[in-house]
Amino acid sequence: MSVIAPKFRLGYLLKGVIDNALWILVLVTLIAIPAIQIILIYIDLPVIDGVLWDPFRTLDAITHPERALPLMKAFMQTDLFKVVAFPGFGFAALIAAAVIFVERKMLAKLQLRVGPFYCGKVEGILQLMADGLKLISKEIIIPAKADKPIFWAAPVLFAATAAAFVALIPVAPGWVVADIDLGLLAVFAVIGFFPIITILSAWSANSKFPFIGGIRALYQMVSFEIPLILSVLGIVLLTGTLDLVDIIESQANFPWIIFMPIGAIVFFICILAELERIPFDLPEAESEIVAGWLTEFSGMMYGLVQLGSYLKLYAFAALFVVLFLGGWNGPSIVPTFPAEIINEGIVLMPDALVIKDIPGLPLFSQEMINGTVWFILKTVGVIFFILLPRGVFPRVRIDLLLRIGWYKLIILAFVNIFIALGLVYGGIIGPGGIL
Amino acid sequence: MTEQVLPGLQLEKVDDRIMTLNVGPQHPGSGHMRIILRVDGDYIVHCDPDPGYVHRGEEKMAEYRNYITNIPHLERPVIHDSCNILYPYCLGVEELLGLEVPERAKYLRVIAAELNRCVYTQYWLGIYGIFLGHSTMFMWPVGDRELFVDLLEKMTGARVTHSYFVPGGIRNDVPPNFEDVCLRYVNYFEKRIKEYADVFYDNPILISRTKDTGVLSKEDAIKLGTTGSVLRASGVDFDIRKKEPYDVYEELDFDTNVLKEGDSYARSKIPWLDMFQSCRIIRDALQKMPKSGSVRVKLKPNPKGGDAEVYRRVESGRGALGMHIVSKGKPQPYRLKMSVGSFRNLIAMPHLLTGEKLGNLPPVYWSLNYWPVEADR
Repeated sequence: MSVIAPKFRLGYLLKGVIDNALWILVLVTLIAIPAIQIILIYIDLPVIDGVLWDPFRTLDAITHPERALPLMKAFMQTDLFKVVAFPGFGFAALIAAAVIFVERKMLAKLQLRVGPFYCGKVEGILQLMADGLKLISKEIIIPAKADKPIFWAAPVLFAATAAAFVALIPVAPGWVVADIDLGLLAVFAVIGFFPIITILSAWSANSKFPFIGGIRALYQMVSFEIPLILSVLGIVLLTGTLDLVDIIESQANFPWIIFMPIGAIVFFICILAELERIPFDLPEAESEIVAGWLTEFSGMMYGLVQLGSYLKLYAFAALFVVLFLGGWNGPSIVPTFPAEIINEGIVLMPDALVIKDIPGLPLFSQEMINGTVWFILKTVGVIFFILLPRGVFPRVRIDLLLRIGWYKLIILAFVNIFIALGLVYGGIIGPGGIL
Repeated sequence: MTEQVLPGLQLEKVDDRIMTLNVGPQHPGSGHMRIILRVDGDYIVHCDPDPGYVHRGEEKMAEYRNYITNIPHLERPVIHDSCNILYPYCLGVEELLGLEVPERAKYLRVIAAELNRCVYTQYWLGIYGIFLGHSTMFMWPVGDRELFVDLLEKMTGARVTHSYFVPGGIRNDVPPNFEDVCLRYVNYFEKRIKEYADVFYDNPILISRTKDTGVLSKEDAIKLGTTGSVLRASGVDFDIRKKEPYDVYEELDFDTNVLKEGDSYARSKIPWLDMFQSCRIIRDALQKMPKSGSVRVKLKPNPKGGDAEVYRRVESGRGALGMHIVSKGKPQPYRLKMSVGSFRNLIAMPHLLTGEKLGNLPPVYWSLNYWPVEADR
């Protein structure tokens, strides 16, 4: 009998982990530290307290926790950090990368395969990086009579719109890139850009299969946006606000999915359709229209669209968590910091000659860490259910898809609205309700 | 005399509503051929399959080689079903040369042919799955197919192009413990293919997508000359293994699967049901097979056929596969004509696809049990 999957061996795993750690050490020692020092040589360093700061002194200052920590804490409150790193792009891209890895491995296990195995030595964790490098190094080919400016702009716009969507999602108390009063409305405004970008790119490629794919995407996205918005209307009726942060805070005791399971199901199916994932991946139906509106994209243009679609996947899953699963709310699982550390700072090296107090700890508050942990757990759970149909379902046909959207989901969404209205007028929840 | 114009090269009136799509030959959903489609919105108004992309001139090649050296290249059109495509050739040449095949060789031929039919069907089923966007249904059959590929490797020495059948028997006997191993593999295989119902055939999305699409009525199926699973899915009980039994098929216990619907769901289900019958045939043949004996009659070095014509046909994975061999007393055949199931089923394709939606192209096309390389020969 043929070998279906190599056996898991702890030795191989440990060897892979140690190999990777050694490689990181070697690269940091040989490249990163010399590079930083060389850069510091060419930078005009300031004169502080009458002393010229040479590279050594600067490095020394950076590595001293007493000086570095307050700086880091101040930096984390800036908008730049929020946009680039934590609740914004960096965090979402990290989750997207993890999702791609999990999707590949999970699908492989489901289909009696191995999946990525060699790249990165430990279960193929660096496969995504290898794919990215390959995409970057590939030649970009543009069809002869394509509308070049729009064709070039489409992938960038797609990734940028997805990133804008990510920016609207509140992750933890006080941690949201764009905290606006009409958050939910802004979300739907941003979602409304995706069909435009899709049809623009499809039209500008001047090719038949992208055109059909673009038209299909347009049909699909437009007809599923209506039940998507209607399914959320119940929550807006109950909470009386469009602010995503307020919606999360209204779920401190119970998530809305308890009262509106129908709305949650409608919203989830609409997510699948908006994301063009199986079973609703008609715009990319491989056997009919090659790759749909992505057919003519090559190299990093394709990579950007993929990045955008996985950012979109994260953002939609996070939106589901925010609206129906209570966002960052959850029991406290992170222990509180000792009060003396917060008030007096931590004492490093008490037995040494130099005793240093480090102020400014902890870097993140307890609520923030707790909220982030709950948010990530819930989002990963939702993403798992978004990925799962890929292994089980075939693709539906466009007329069946539109029938699902117009005949079934819209009716279910209205049922959900009536449930919400009943709850409001019955005086159970909502403004002035019992709960 | 009018000049014959190739499809796709004619001058046509341009209609603004109609878009011409060239599906293939370089297209993930076409196979090695081109399908010229004209679509009006989402509806196919005209379908023009254009085979011939992988034409290799097998029939002409056969005229320059003698009866034994014809064997390896004749199986090239369907390397996944290479035992079945050699079967009519060997039967025909045996009739020409007047050879009597030993009993054990007949049973082993049937076992090899049925194993190979399963291997082909699994591959076909995998592609049917990926055509419908069901990637699990691609991986499972292709993985389970390995069982029988390994078994055939034990039997014949090659994984795909076996060249196992020769005029007068089979090339070599099976290894000593073959019966036990084969029985074990077949039992496991049957258990595995039962699970396809859960993931594929009972899937509501698949049923909603393929039921009542590309319906071929019983009369049309007969008129268009379709064969094999396409014919049986339209309600015609026609299986050459039953109607014109060759070798030992009449002594073996199996049924023919017939469905009445004639849609692409029924057409996709028939080969899967046939695999259960193949397992049954193999188990029965293993039981009834003589445990020892010769497997090949001795041939002269360069056998010459008489002045005669033979036509023999068998049931391959894609339907009736016939070979017409004309001999003029030379070591080579004077003419060899193959009649393959793929090409005969392709004729039904424009009939089925016209008026369908574009999304129905893959399920209808691939449910015709069509293998482009075999159709081009």
